[in-house]
Amino acid sequence: MLSKGLKRKREEEEEERETLAVDAWWLDPSHAAVAQAPPAVASSSLFDLSVLKLHHSLRQSEPDLRHLVLVVNTLRRIQASMAPTAALPPVPTPPAAPSVADNLLTSSDAALSASMASLLEDLSHIEGLSQAPQPLVDEGPLGRPAGGASPSLGALDLLGPATGCLLDDGLEGLFEDIDTSMYDSELWAPVSEGHKSSPEDGPGKEVGPDLDEAELDYLMDVLVGTQALERPPGPGR
Amino acid sequence: MIPGLGALTQDTLWCFSQVKGTVEVGATEADIISTVEFNHTGELLATGDKGGRVVIFQREQESKNQVHRRGEYNVYSTFQSHEPEFDYLKSLEIEEKINKIRWLPQQNAAYFLLSTNDKTVKLWKVSERDKRPEGYNLKDEEGRLRDPATITTLRVPVLRPMDLMVEATPRRVFANAHTYHINSISVNSDYETYMSADDLRINLWNFEITNQSFNIVDIKPANMEELTEVITAAEFHPHHCNTFVYSSSKGTIRLCDMRASALCDRHTKFFEEPEDPSNRSFFSEIISSISDVKFSHSGRYIMTRDYLTVKVWDLNMENRPIETYQVHDYLRSKLCSLYENDCIFDKFECVWNGSDSVIMTGSYNNFFRMFDRNTKRDVTLEASRENSKPRAILKPRKVCVGGKRRKDEISVDSLDFSKKILHTAWHPSENIIAVAATNNLYIFQDKVN
Repeated sequence: MLSKGLKRKREEEEEERETLAVDAWWLDPSHAAVAQAPPAVASSSLFDLSVLKLHHSLRQSEPDLRHLVLVVNTLRRIQASMAPTAALPPVPTPPAAPSVADNLLTSSDAALSASMASLLEDLSHIEGLSQAPQPLVDEGPLGRPAGGASPSLGALDLLGPATGCLLDDGLEGLFEDIDTSMYDSELWAPVSEGHKSSPEDGPGKEVGPDLDEAELDYLMDVLVGTQALERPPGPGR
Repeated sequence: MIPGLGALTQDTLWCFSQVKGTVEVGATEADIISTVEFNHTGELLATGDKGGRVVIFQREQESKNQVHRRGEYNVYSTFQSHEPEFDYLKSLEIEEKINKIRWLPQQNAAYFLLSTNDKTVKLWKVSERDKRPEGYNLKDEEGRLRDPATITTLRVPVLRPMDLMVEATPRRVFANAHTYHINSISVNSDYETYMSADDLRINLWNFEITNQSFNIVDIKPANMEELTEVITAAEFHPHHCNTFVYSSSKGTIRLCDMRASALCDRHTKFFEEPEDPSNRSFFSEIISSISDVKFSHSGRYIMTRDYLTVKVWDLNMENRPIETYQVHDYLRSKLCSLYENDCIFDKFECVWNGSDSVIMTGSYNNFFRMFDRNTKRDVTLEASRENSKPRAILKPRKVCVGGKRRKDEISVDSLDFSKKILHTAWHPSENIIAVAATNNLYIFQDKVN
C-alpha cells in the first residue's frame, strides 16, 4: 500500500502521444485517446499483475472471496480482450502485443486452475456439505482448443501464461500434488505453438536433444495420468 | 438550528467537537476502528476495533451552564467482545476484528447490542449498577456461609447506593453458522430476529435461539468454479419485517420478501444500473462492487456505495438510481494504480441523516463528503488533528484535478491513501456525526447559532 499519495507523474500531453507506444506501462482505457472504445487490448503487465494478485489471494490461508472473485473476473476481462478473435475496436496496438497474446493463449496453466479449483472445493467440502464430486468441465490441456476462450470452461478456469517467474517463487506448494516433470519439459515454452509441440521445437530447452519419442510419450502419459488422478473423467473426454 | 431536522442548508456549519484515540503515529493495528454506530436515541455511540474491543460512549446530560458544549460523549463502557480464535479443522486463525455493531432498540433499563467478527455474532447486555444489596445474614464475618441451623431470623437486605458501575455481559453467542466471512448484521423491525450475511449466505436468527439459524439466501454455486459474484452487504427494511435487501460484488441489489418462500434465492426486485459505455474499463466491475447498502429511515429509498459514487434508489424503480453523487471522480483516471496498491478494493460505508435529506460517506486523505439531496449542494470536510480546536469550524476542502492549484486546494497526487475514512455514523435526530479515521474517532456537531 502506498504510504503517501500516488506519485506517478503523467504529463497530460505526453500521454496522448505515448498511448500507442510499445513501451507504455499502462494502456489506460479511460484515457481520452481510447475512451470511446470499449476495453482496449490490455498490456501484458496488467495481466501479469492480475495473475500475481490471484496467486497472492490464493496463498492466503483463508482467501478473501470478494477480492478473489473480483480479481478473477478482471483477469477474464483482460484475457478476453487479448484474444485475437475477439471483436476489437480498430485501436492501433503495440506491435509486440498480438504475438505475445497469441502465445499466452496457446499455452495453458491447467495446474493453476486445478489448484484454484481444488482450494475452493476444499472450502466447500470442509464445510461439511455432502457434495457429489462434480465432474469438472473439460479442461485437459490436450483437449483445449488453442486460441479464444472456450465456452465450456468454468468461470474460474483460466488460460494463463505459465511463465517461469510465476512458478519459481515458492509457489510450489500450490502444485505439490502435480508431477513437476511437466515443467521440466518445456511444454509451456512461450514460443511453442501448442501443447502438442515437441520440446525439440522450443528454444533453450532444459531437456536436451536426447529427448526421444519414448520419453516424450512418457511425459505425455504422466500429464494425462495426473489429470486423470486429479478428477474423474468429465463428459468432454 | 431546528432540532430534529438535519438539512444541510447554507447556514449549516460543522464544528469540531471531540476526538478520541491516541495521537501517536505508531498506534497499534489493534486500535484501528472498524465500525461506528449510534444507538436509536443517539445517547450512546459504539465503536469496534481490530483488536476485538468495543468502546461505548455516552452523551452527557446537557447543562444550562454550558450551553455551547452540547452534550459531550464520554466513555461509558469498554469490553473485549471477541478474542482471536483458531479453527482447528481448517488450521485457520479467525480474526477478532469487529466487523459490525448493531444496537437493539431499548426495551428496559439495559442496553443491548450485537457485535460480530468474521464468524461469530454476540449479543451483549450493557447495564448499570448503582445500588448494592447489603445486610445479608447468611455469611459470617469471614464470608463463609453459615450453617443454616444457626440462622434464626429472616433479614431482608437493603439496597444501598454505590458508585456507578457499568457492566457488559455476553448474553448470547451465535456461532458456527458461517463458513465465509460475515460482512453484515441487521436487526429486524420485529425485534425478535436478526440476520447475518457472509459472502455467499444470509442466515436468519431468533435472539433467543443460538443453536440454530435459518438460511434465507444461498448463492453458493454447486461448482465453486462457477463463482462469479458474492454478497457484500445486507439490511432489513426499517418497518417491514418481511423485507430485506442485499448487494453484490457486481453492483446489483436484490430485494427479497420472506413471505414469498423460505429460501429467498429468487428476489422480488432486482436493482441494477446499465453500464455506461463511455466509462468502461477493465476495472468496471471492481468499481461497481457495492460496499454498503442502507435503507433510508423512511423505508422508501436505499442508498448504495460503490468505489466512486453514492447512489440513491427508489424502491419502486429498479432500472436505475434516482440520484448519483460523485464522491471522488478524480480517481477514475488513477484506477490502474489503485488496483496495483489494492486501494480499489477498499470498502467505504455510507449513512443517512435523521431526516433522509443529507447523505455522508468517506474518502481518502481523511476526507469525508456530505451531499444534500434537496439543494444538491455538497461539501468535503477533513478529520484531522490540525482542525481540532474546540468548536473550530471545519473549512471545506477541495481537491484540484489539474491546471492551477489554488492556495487551499490539494492536488490528487498529494492525497494520502493510507488515511481512509471507511466508517461514519450520523446521530438519529441531530446534526452530530462520528467519523472514524484509522485509530481516532472524531465527533463533529453543527454550530449552535
